[in-house]
Formats: sequence, C-alpha cells, structure tokens
Amino acid sequence: MALQLEMISPFDVAKDAVKAIQDYSLLAAQSLSNFFRRPLYWGDLLQQADLIGVGSLPIVVLSGLSIGALLALNAASTLERFGGITLIGQLVSKSMVTELGPLITGLMVSGRNASGMASELGSMVVTEQIDAMRALGTDPSKKLVTPRIGATVFMLFFLTIISDLLGLFGGFAVAHLLFGLDSRQYWSNAWQTLVFRDVFMGLIKPVLFGFIIATIGCYYGMSTRGGTQGVGRSTTQAVVTSSVLILVVDFFVTKLIFALLGYR
Amino acid sequence: MSSPTLPIENPATQQGDSSVDAVVFDNVSIAFEENVVLDRVSFHLPLGDTKALFGVAGSGKSTILKLAMGLTMPDSGRIFLLGQEVTSMKEQQLFALRRRVGIVFQESALFDSLRVRENVAYRMMEEHLSEEEIDRRVREVLRFVEMEQAIDMFPSELSGGMRRRVAIARAIVTQPEVLLYDSPTGGLDPVTSNTIVELIVKQRDVYKTSALMVTHRLQDAFTMATHEFRNEKMVALPKGQRSEVPMSFLLLRDGKIIFDGDLRELAASRDPYIREYIS
Repeated sequence: MALQLEMISPFDVAKDAVKAIQDYSLLAAQSLSNFFRRPLYWGDLLQQADLIGVGSLPIVVLSGLSIGALLALNAASTLERFGGITLIGQLVSKSMVTELGPLITGLMVSGRNASGMASELGSMVVTEQIDAMRALGTDPSKKLVTPRIGATVFMLFFLTIISDLLGLFGGFAVAHLLFGLDSRQYWSNAWQTLVFRDVFMGLIKPVLFGFIIATIGCYYGMSTRGGTQGVGRSTTQAVVTSSVLILVVDFFVTKLIFALLGYR
Repeated sequence: MSSPTLPIENPATQQGDSSVDAVVFDNVSIAFEENVVLDRVSFHLPLGDTKALFGVAGSGKSTILKLAMGLTMPDSGRIFLLGQEVTSMKEQQLFALRRRVGIVFQESALFDSLRVRENVAYRMMEEHLSEEEIDRRVREVLRFVEMEQAIDMFPSELSGGMRRRVAIARAIVTQPEVLLYDSPTGGLDPVTSNTIVELIVKQRDVYKTSALMVTHRLQDAFTMATHEFRNEKMVALPKGQRSEVPMSFLLLRDGKIIFDGDLRELAASRDPYIREYIS
C-alpha cells in the first residue's frame, strides 16, 4: 500500500502555534483573574491540595533524599582529593536550595500531576462533562482550573522546602556515615553558606514551576480533541511541555536573579 | 443532487417573536473547517411547545442544541433563548441564562466522579441550597424518573437507560423553562426507549415545559405526538385528537431545514425524501 504523505504548510504550523500560545495565555490569565471573582471553590482547592501535595509527598521525599545523598557521594570523591571533604555540607546545601530541590521537585510533580490534570480534564472534555458543567451554569475555569493552579503553586512551595531539607539530610547521612564527617561541621557549613539570594531563588522557583505545571496540565486537558487517543496525546504533551518549560524558566530565572542580586 | 421542494413557509415570515419564544434561530450558519453543518437555518420554538428535530447522522441536530445553549457560537446569524440574544452574550453572562434551561446530552454526560445524588443535586449545590431541601428535591425527581434506588451509585455502575434517566432527572430537577434533549433514546433497547419517551411525555404534560428534542427514532416522536400522560401513565390520544401541548417536527437535510410542521403536515408531505424518511 502506498504511503500517503500529507503536506503541511509552514504558515499553518506557525498559525497553530500562535493560536496555542494565545489560548494558553487566555486560560492562564482568566484562571488568575478568577481568584478575585466569586464564587471561589475552596472545597475543590483543598481537595486538589490534598491530591497534589499529600499525594506527591512520597515521591518528593524519596527523590529529595536520593539527590542529596548522591550529590554528597559524587562530590566527596573529588573534594577528598583536594582535602576539602568538609565542604560537602556547603556544596549540598547550595545545590539543593538554589537548584536541585526546586528543579527535581518541579519535575517530579510535573510528571505526576500535569499528566493527571491533562488526563482528568481531557476525559471530561471528550465525554461532554465540561459542556454539561457549562450547561449547568458553572464556569469550568473557576471550578476546575483555578483550584488546580492555586493548589499546585501553594503545595509545590512547601514540597520544595521538604525536598531541600531531606536533600540536606541525605547529604549528611553520606558525609557522616561513609566519610566520617562531624555532624556539627556539616550543618554549620551548610547553614552558613546560604545567603538571602539563595533562599529567595529557591523559594521563587517553585511558585513559577507550580504555575507552569498546573496551567500546562489544564490547558492540554481542556483542549483535548479526538476521544481516548486524544486524552493520551494530551497527557504526554502536558508532561513534556511542562518539563521543558520548567528547565527553560529555571535557567532564565537563575540568570535574572544573579543579574539582579549579584553572583556572590 | 437538488434539494427537495420545501413544504414550509418562508423562514423569514415564520420568524417568531423572540420575547414569547423559547428558542429562535434566525439565519444561523456554522461550519467546522470546510464542512458546512448549518446553512442559514431559521426556526422558532414557541413557549410551551415541543419540537422534534430529525435528520441523518451529521446533519447538525446536536449542533443546534449546543448553539441554542451558547455552548458553541455560530459563524453568522442570531439565536435567542428565552428572549435573550445568546449570540451577543459573553460566556460569563450565559451562565445565568443556562441555569433556566435543562439539557440531556447524547451520552448523558454525568459527572463520573460524583454519585447519582450529587449529579442530580449539582445545580442546587452550586446555589448553596440547604441539605434538607436538596435531599427532598433529589429524592422527588429521582422518584419521578423511577431511579430513587440508585441514589448512592456512581454513573459507571448504571446501565445506559439508567444513566439517561439520571440525566433527565438532573435536567429537570430545577424545573427549567426549556428542555433540550439530545437523542435521549439513542442506543437503547425498545423497552427502555419507551420508558424514556414516557418520562419526556410526563414532563411535557405535567410541567408544560418547552422542549426541543433531537432524535433518530421517528417512532419516539410519533409516540409523543399521539400520546399524552394521564392518570399516572402514558395513553394514546383518540384518533385525530391533538395533544394539549403543541408538537411539531423539523427535518434537516444538507444543513438546511426541509420541513417544519405538525404531524398531519408531515404525513401529508409529497416530498420524496420526506416520504422515504418517514416510511
């Protein structure tokens, strides 16, 4: 059977891309403005906070501990060569708080929740539940999107703090148990190396990543077309896009904060 | 292929007064990509009347219901729902208007994560009615559709016919002024279909709600036109007698209305396509 290739004009591709960005921006803007308009669905927000926050806790705990421990393990072999094993706490602390804590937690939550949001909302779209909701006089962006954004931003902030702390504990466990580093030395080094810029950077990132995860997940869910296959496609796109966006935004936020608050 | 001769009056002259009509379509057109689904469609549904919409699959019947509710916007033309111009309203303004209308979707569209009780009570919970009031009205309407025993079940635990009855309960629980049914008997066995038709006739005759019903099954609409709900059951009307609630038929073909009239006019039509369709 001859394979038929459909020619797609670059103009159409560009038009679709611009429309997607426009739709995404509108959804994000409307969902944010919903925080200032009644009704606010507090029950749905709490339910989502439980699903996203408490539900993601095991994976965040595990990844935080592992990353901290691995970081210490890998750094120790190099530091030991220069007699700088005491600097493990400093390295783990700086890396976890400014970069790895927010990034790994964001990627973990993105994999778990952006896909969940896209598949849940996508299924509702293809089974006409979203239309039914609109027909019943409820605004789906208020009822479904806004609570997910609020809950993800709020919970990711705290999940990142937990991940940072557990990363530090993971690093400490390796430094203390495998390399015999004194606990006081590790913790004082880890604590003293942190400056306002590090903590600010580490806490602003989860807010942005949470927003990206929820808006991308909801956008792909709400724009699902084409039945169950479409739901699968939306789910994959949501995870890929949110993960890539997190990495890109992470780079630019880091650069911006360094530029604003200095490199030291 | 040329369009058959139309037995209807000129749509322009047929245009109703939007203030006394439940639904008015005025030269409405819509296309999805290159496919023209509705081409300058005009009709009106007077308050209190029931209209059955026919047409082959893909003729735009379900689109008409979504347009009437403002769930989809037309490319051109005007649509009035309960006297308000849907086509000039924003989504936020439409929510209030939609609360005065009930709709039964083709596949029921029940919220699958909510129980039957919560599905039926959805609109009342949104309006923060008291628990006692919600419970009383949910039980009352579920009794009306004979589904009270399923109050704590999830939609996935129900059969197709049961889901359709719960969807009807959800649509009528707040006593809407207009009801829109999208193939309420589609995919159901004849016995269950008959139960659903009886429910629709019951709603029509007991509450006199205006209704626009999309259906593939001619016999359902004929049953509605020739029966009434009396003494707690659906009974056939004496031959030649019309139902107390006016019932009309609207037939779509190639995006246009080719018939809009009552049962007698439909049966008397000489149009070959209509004859074939109703035979």
